[in-house]
Amino acid sequence: MLATKAYEDIEAKVLRGERLSREDGIRLFHCQDIAWLGALADHVRREKCGDIVYYNVNCHVNLTNMCTSRCEFCAFGRDEDDAAAYAMTKEQALSLVREALQDPDMGGLHVVSGLHPHWTFEHYLGLLQAIHETFPQLYIKGFTGVEITHFAKISGLSVHDVLVKLKAAGLQAIAGGGAEILSDRVRQALCPNKATADEWLEVARTAHGLGIPTNASMLYGHIETLEERVDHLLRLRALQDETHGFQTFICFPFLPKHTELGKRIAQTSMWDDLRTMAISRLMLDNFRNIKAYWVMLTVPVAQVALGFGANDMDGTIHKENILHDAGATSPRALTEDTIIRIIKEAGRTPALCDCNFNIIRAID
Amino acid sequence: MAEGKYRPVAVEAARHKAEMGQRLTKEDALALYADNDLLFLARCARAAKERQSGRSVYYTVNRHINLTNICRANCPLCAFQVEQGNARGYVMEHDDIARVLAQAKATPHLTEIHIVSALHPDKPFQYYVDVVKQVRAALPGVDVKAFTPVEIVNFAHETGQSIREVLEILQQAGLDSLPGGGAEILSDRVREIICPKKATTAEWLATMRTAHELGIRTNCSMMYGHIETIEERIDHLLALRALQDETHGFQAFMLFPFHPAHTQLGEEQHLQRVGSWEDMKMLALSRLVLDNVAHFKAFWIMLTLPIAQLALGFGADDLDGTIGEEKIIHAAGARTQTGITRTQLQAIIRETGYEPVERDTFYQPVHFDEEAQA
Repeated sequence: MLATKAYEDIEAKVLRGERLSREDGIRLFHCQDIAWLGALADHVRREKCGDIVYYNVNCHVNLTNMCTSRCEFCAFGRDEDDAAAYAMTKEQALSLVREALQDPDMGGLHVVSGLHPHWTFEHYLGLLQAIHETFPQLYIKGFTGVEITHFAKISGLSVHDVLVKLKAAGLQAIAGGGAEILSDRVRQALCPNKATADEWLEVARTAHGLGIPTNASMLYGHIETLEERVDHLLRLRALQDETHGFQTFICFPFLPKHTELGKRIAQTSMWDDLRTMAISRLMLDNFRNIKAYWVMLTVPVAQVALGFGANDMDGTIHKENILHDAGATSPRALTEDTIIRIIKEAGRTPALCDCNFNIIRAID
Repeated sequence: MAEGKYRPVAVEAARHKAEMGQRLTKEDALALYADNDLLFLARCARAAKERQSGRSVYYTVNRHINLTNICRANCPLCAFQVEQGNARGYVMEHDDIARVLAQAKATPHLTEIHIVSALHPDKPFQYYVDVVKQVRAALPGVDVKAFTPVEIVNFAHETGQSIREVLEILQQAGLDSLPGGGAEILSDRVREIICPKKATTAEWLATMRTAHELGIRTNCSMMYGHIETIEERIDHLLALRALQDETHGFQAFMLFPFHPAHTQLGEEQHLQRVGSWEDMKMLALSRLVLDNVAHFKAFWIMLTLPIAQLALGFGADDLDGTIGEEKIIHAAGARTQTGITRTQLQAIIRETGYEPVERDTFYQPVHFDEEAQA
């Protein structure tokens, strides 16, 4: 073992499969031996899920960028009267998917959108239904906890009833976004107009109860403290203990370009991104999958992240919008060949999967 | 830390040696490469770095000058060179150089001028000697690091003088050290394909040996990710290690991942840039094999700043310089900015937990009186 003396106890706990405490998590965020952190996370990853790295061939559908929430860290949301505001018609949404289907391996959709000032829940539901009925072969992962909370508010329905209707209309999984930092101090400062921490968690809990798997995420590198990052991970871990409904965890470094918040906060370093990835793997001991989301991390960081605990490369995406509005420098899409090459260079086995991590085919 | 995984005995033995900081054989290095346990290599490489340079991470304020891009070597691996008559061709004459040196003189903390150029078909050796003299006269306190062995061999061929004579003339003119470029892969099979018209393996090594004998310290390098085999990469590292055992004249090693964009080689061989995984793996493995070279550069111009920072966790201990105007790698499609400030470099280093040390060409710490500068 090459752990520096100061962290030997944590290493011993991890190797024994013992749960790390809040204090352990905070200490890890002060550890500068990134190679040790990575090796420890890589060990856990190998024990827990072996050498397979999941990816999918998917298409992002962002139905509208009009948004009543206007969070400070977002470069995608627009006011209704903004010249760049858009809202897709049913036909536009269907034709985007039809175009994406030119890829014969196209497996499914990731549908995430703004909180449109006028659309009713029935309207969103109708779009989902139309997509599902037109393309029944595609799985649909869609809507974050923030959108679901919004649907409940505008429809007067309970979160439970909203989810039942979405499931009936074809929704198979819920996206992981909108968690940001699950601290009302942070949310009050950055995104006061959307789901609170408790509301976000309640959507996940209810979805899990209905058998709808969800993802989880953390948007870091803005105004949160390192303690708040740890607390965020612990809240997710506690809910996962209860429900086991989270499928994968995604680290989102805040991309400052073109955002309000970006005027005073610089982008995280790769160093921070990779240690956060490793610490997430170590703290989230009840999550099977940790995603290296290449759109935000960039492809080189995402590839190295496979050594820092990640076992999920997300997908080909077809055409990413939300983060490219925030100045993401990664490509808007990757080919399946590129994803396979990235995974193989890391000595791992690529496996094409659907939105619920069912393997469609593994590539030797 | 990977108790769960079965490994062949040879791999376990190599891992043990790496962990203990023992010298690796060719077989060990190949076993570690195939094992592909990136974070294990990182931990060992980091320990190796700390044995050599403790908590220090170096950077320097330097200025690159590329005298000409007109080249008679026409190496398929290169995106910088053009043939004579090409509209993009340029040669810096005395006044052009004087202008750059005047700018350089105004650069606070400048410690080094780094000169690397193409093999111009007409410029005589005297032109290069005069450039060194001109730099030396304009910037008496600044180190002159100039001419790769490929250029030195070219001067020898052109003048009919020996490598030793060429180096002595340059040394007398004011040359302090040689950069490490042009090594590519020290295999004549590979060189025949990627750079058939320039210095052979034996010539490159002989130039370095002679320079070291004359007290001229040098760097060394490897360009990987083109047509070479993994075995050829390891043989390359071992050739450098063997020479270093003899002379101790190499100061720093750097890796150049091959950028295939805009190169004939990239096009003909359908090459793709290797991934960051491979970059970090080669860095860590090179640090472990080259156990007698003190410093490893993470050349941020090539790697991008974020990856160069990460490299500090994989065995690198030098971010090189705040480079004025770099042309060679940018011609091959590098999209990094062409300069960075000292403050930025220091912050990047501090975030990794290491101590930034501003250095000169010879890795001596330099201290500046901030008041005097202002």
